[in-house]
Parts: sequence; C-alpha cells; structure tokens
Amino acid sequence: METISNLWLGLETALTFWNLAYCMIGVLLGTAIGVLPGLGPTATIAMLLPVTFGLPPVSALIMLAGIYYGAQYGGSTTAILVNLPGESSSVVTALDGYQMARQGKAGRALATAAIGSFFAGTVATVLLAVFAPPLADLALQFGPAEYFSLMVLGLIASVVLAHGSLLHAFGMIILGLILGLVGTDVNSGTVRYTFGFAEVSDGINFVIVAMGVFGLGEIIGNLENESTRTIMSKTVTGLMPTREDVKRLAAPVLRGTVLGSMLGILPGGGAMLASFAAYTLEKKVSKHPEQFGNGAIEGVAGPESANNAGAQTSFIPMLTLGIPSNPVMALMIGAMIMQGIQPGPSVMTEQPVLFWGLIVSMWIGNLFLLVLNLPLIGLWVRMISVPYHFLYPAILVFCAIGVFSLNNATFDVYLMAIFGCLGYIFRKLDCEPAPMLLGFILGPMMEEHLRRAMLIAKGDATVFLNRPISATMLIIALVLLATILAPAVRQKREEAFQEEG
Amino acid sequence: MSHVLQKKDFWAGVLYVAFGAAAFWIGRDYPMGTAGRMGAGYFPTALSVILMLIGLISAARALTQEGEAVGAVSWKSLALVVGSTALFGLLLPTTGLVIALVVLILISATASQNFRLDLKAAAGLIILVTFCSLVFVKALGVPMPLVGSWFGE
Repeated sequence: METISNLWLGLETALTFWNLAYCMIGVLLGTAIGVLPGLGPTATIAMLLPVTFGLPPVSALIMLAGIYYGAQYGGSTTAILVNLPGESSSVVTALDGYQMARQGKAGRALATAAIGSFFAGTVATVLLAVFAPPLADLALQFGPAEYFSLMVLGLIASVVLAHGSLLHAFGMIILGLILGLVGTDVNSGTVRYTFGFAEVSDGINFVIVAMGVFGLGEIIGNLENESTRTIMSKTVTGLMPTREDVKRLAAPVLRGTVLGSMLGILPGGGAMLASFAAYTLEKKVSKHPEQFGNGAIEGVAGPESANNAGAQTSFIPMLTLGIPSNPVMALMIGAMIMQGIQPGPSVMTEQPVLFWGLIVSMWIGNLFLLVLNLPLIGLWVRMISVPYHFLYPAILVFCAIGVFSLNNATFDVYLMAIFGCLGYIFRKLDCEPAPMLLGFILGPMMEEHLRRAMLIAKGDATVFLNRPISATMLIIALVLLATILAPAVRQKREEAFQEEG
Repeated sequence: MSHVLQKKDFWAGVLYVAFGAAAFWIGRDYPMGTAGRMGAGYFPTALSVILMLIGLISAARALTQEGEAVGAVSWKSLALVVGSTALFGLLLPTTGLVIALVVLILISATASQNFRLDLKAAAGLIILVTFCSLVFVKALGVPMPLVGSWFGE
C-alpha cells in the first residue's frame, strides 16, 4: 500500500504543468539530438545538461531523464534508418532494423521499437518503485567500509561487463579516479593537482570532461572516416504493425523486458549487455533463426525492449545507493550534486517528492515517446539527413557555449579543448573513455569513504573483510574478476561482443 | 608483426605511465599521513603507483604479444577542431560572440573534406550565429558580449 501512496505523491509531482512540460521538452530535445548520427546518449546528455541548470532540482532531473530515453530512442531510429548506431546498445537493433527498412518496412520497425520500449519502460518503472525502497533501507545501514567495497564492486563489475581490454578499462578507471581528485581536499584543505589555477580549486566540472572526451573526441574520430550515408526511405509509411506482427512481437518484448530489467541493475554496460543478450536469446528460441540479420521483427523487438528496460532499471543503483552503473548515470549523479542533492539512500526519505516524481515522470516520458515520436518521424528523418559537415560545427558551438555558461569562464572552454584532445587519443589507443568517467565521478567519494573507514578502524585494513556486507561485496568482486580471467570465460566474452564488429 | 612503436598497447602504456608519474611527482609534497589518518597525499599516491604499474604491463604486453597498430592519426582534424575551440575561448571576451562564433564554425568546418563555403553553408552560418546570439545572450542571459572589448565597449 505504501507503494501506491508513494506513486500517488509522484503522480502529483509529475503531473504539474511545468514538470509535464519539462518532461516533454526533454524527450523531444533528447530525441532530436539523439537521432543525429555519430552522437551517442552520453554526448547528447552532456551537451544538453547546461540547459537544465537553471531549473529547480525536480524539474531538472525530470527533464534530464526525458533527455536520456529520448536520446536512446533517437539512437534506435538512426540505427534503423541509416544503419549508423549512435551507441553500442543499438548496434543489434541496426542488424535487423536496417534490413527491415531496406525492405520498405521502416515504419513497422520503428513502431516495434517504440511499442517494445514503452512496454519495457512501464514494467521497469514498476520494478523501480517496488525494489528501490527496500534497497535504500538496506543501504541506510551501510557504513563507510560498505560504501568503499560497494564502489570497488561497482567499478570491477563495470570493467567485467564492458567490452574492450580489461587492462585498459582498469587503467582508465584509475586515471579517472586521479582526475576526480583535482581540486581542494575537503579533509585537509590541501589544494591538489590544480597547477595553480584557481578555476579548478573546486575540482574539474564533470560536464567539461564529458563534453571534451565524448563530444569533441567523437567529432574528431568521426571526421576520420567521413563517408556518404544513405538514408533508407525518405518518407516512412506504414507505421502500424500488422496483426501478425503483433503476434510475433509479444513474446520477444516480454523476454527482452525481463532480461533487460535484470541486467540493467548490474553496473557496467547494463543496457548494452541487455540488448546483446536479448538478441542472442531471440535467435536461439526462434523457429526461424535464418531470418535473423535479414529483417526479423523479433530481432528488433527483443533488444529494443531489453535496452529500454535496462536503461530504466539502471536508475535503481543510482537513486538508492548513489553509485553510477554507466556513464549516463554518472552524469545524472553529477547533475544532482550540482543541484545540491547528495545522491544516496537518503534521497528517498529526505526528498520524496523528487524521488517519486522522477519515477512517475519516467513512465510519462515513455508515454510521450510513444505518442510523439511516431507522428514526428518525418521531422527526425529530416534531422538525420543533415550532412555531418554541417552538423559538427554546430555541435562544437553548443559545446563551447554550454561549457562557458557553467561558470562564465573561458578557462573551461580551454579545458574542454584539452579533454577533447585526450578523448581523441584515447579513441586511437582503444582506451574506452566510459570507465574513466565513472572513476572521475567516484574518485572523491571513494577517497572519503576509504578515509573514514580506516579512521574508524584505526588504520586496520581488515575492516573491509570483517564486516559481513563489505566482505560479501569484495568476494563477489573477486569472483567476477577470477571468472573473467579464466581462459574459457574470456573467450566466451570476446565472442559475445564479437557481433558488434 | 607490427613494430612495438606502432602498437596501441605500447602508447597506451606510455600514456598511463606518464600520467601516473606526473601525478606521483606533483603529489610528492602532499602530506601522506598514516593508514588510520590519511593525508591528502595517501590516496593519490597509491593511485598513481597503480596507474604506472598498469602502464608498464600494457607496454610489456606490446613487447611480447601481437597487437594492433595505432594507424594514421588525423592531425589536421585534431588541430582544427581543438584549435578552433580554444580560439573561441580566446576571442569571446576580446572580439565578442559574433566574431568568435564565425571563426569557430569556419575553422572547424574546414576539417571536413566535404566542406565548401557555398550559399547553403553561408546561410547555415548566419542562422546559427543569429540563433546563438538571440537564444543564449538575449533570452537566457548568458553573460557573453556580442561585441568584444577590442571594439571599445
């Protein structure tokens, strides 16, 4: 019953005129930027973050969440229409979605993605409402030792589940942790790694890092292989799935939702892993596996549902524990801190309006996606058609002005340029920047919890093993690490990410 | 087999070692404290040592194993995109937003092989600059001068 009254409170918050408006604007903006090829959700959100800074916290987070799933849906649209997935989680959507588009079934593929996403989003929202409170209660008993171990577990899990080299993922996390320490040490007042610049004495703003590495870095990388793109079907017709389609859809959507909801909670590439796993599952259970890759509607429905369910449930660890499970959640945590909210289990008890308002608005946002996007598809197609050489200077302009407006400082623009340079270098060397962003956000928190835990234990490091919850988490982290290093699993993992190409 | 100096792993290792060493060197004067009372230098020093180790492993891997080559670096795109962004920061207070934007857009656009300064591009440029001036400066009130200090304001 408590869940009902909580959801009612959320409904009251989310349904106020302005919050509804911000949710809608967020979804629209997110989709509009998200459909632009070569711009993933992380870059999209980083670029649009400054827009929300002037808003009250509740509205800002509602809008940001809207931007997030708008961007995700936009990414799927691009994957289906141009075969250019903006992010790794829509890679599998492109496999069959693009084939459907080539067969003139673009409308049905897009509708399938929208319906699957909506259903998955609805289920995931309910899960969030049911499971967040007990998890937050549990988290309230956490001391600094538990938090430190939880962060270790989170970071290790994100390395294990992400793709690419393990070693580089670790390297990038540590690098991120160090970068996160730039600024004044809260405990001693020592100013660290600022090179004497007063502008960074409060730390480097995470928006600068995200825009530089993901925004600028991606642009330079994209310019390397500039090619002409062909967009399938300038006019998308036949949006409504046929009755037969719906029959084929139902089971994959359901399976995708279950799979995505579970995997989304895990740290790391939750949403991405979910869509890959869903695709593999659908292919396995299908009676016609040969259709996959040639425009099987199940190959769109399953991964898209899983993708969206995962995106939604990844809010659970973020909202209840204050731990980001992916770079987008890291940005969300950064945004909350900038709004003066300390993410963690206390958010739910101290800011129930914000917490429940956000959860309900997620469902409303998914509804907006369904109702707005299909009619607006013509607009999105036109946005995709903008050639990249017109697009990227505009992206640069918005990044530059956005970063400047953070503190009205040109220093931040220079800093972004430096991070852009680094971002390109990382890309060239196959060093994934996503773990770095996680480390960057977690750096100061991790140091703080480590210090407190060690202070309470009087310098005895066994405290992390003596406390049962903390020890359990460290053991899980160790097991994860051990399994991934085992040769058999390692090979399997490489296979799992192979299809990405 | 590609040469060690061409390998991604090698250069990534160099990068980690460089960052780790820099963090270690800059942080050498930060008070270490003890394990029970960590000073400002404890955590960063530990991290920088780990980072250097990871860098060494990565470089060693390049020496012993097959690895991908870095490939061509598009210095031109890198310089144009990063340079034009930095130039925007430099020009914003001095020449004002309008000129800074025009410079940023035109210089960064030359990084693309498809870019031509034709009528369409010029129209796009004017629309974008007008949009930014109206929305960010007039509507949102971001304190950016439209015309900068060089022109006597």
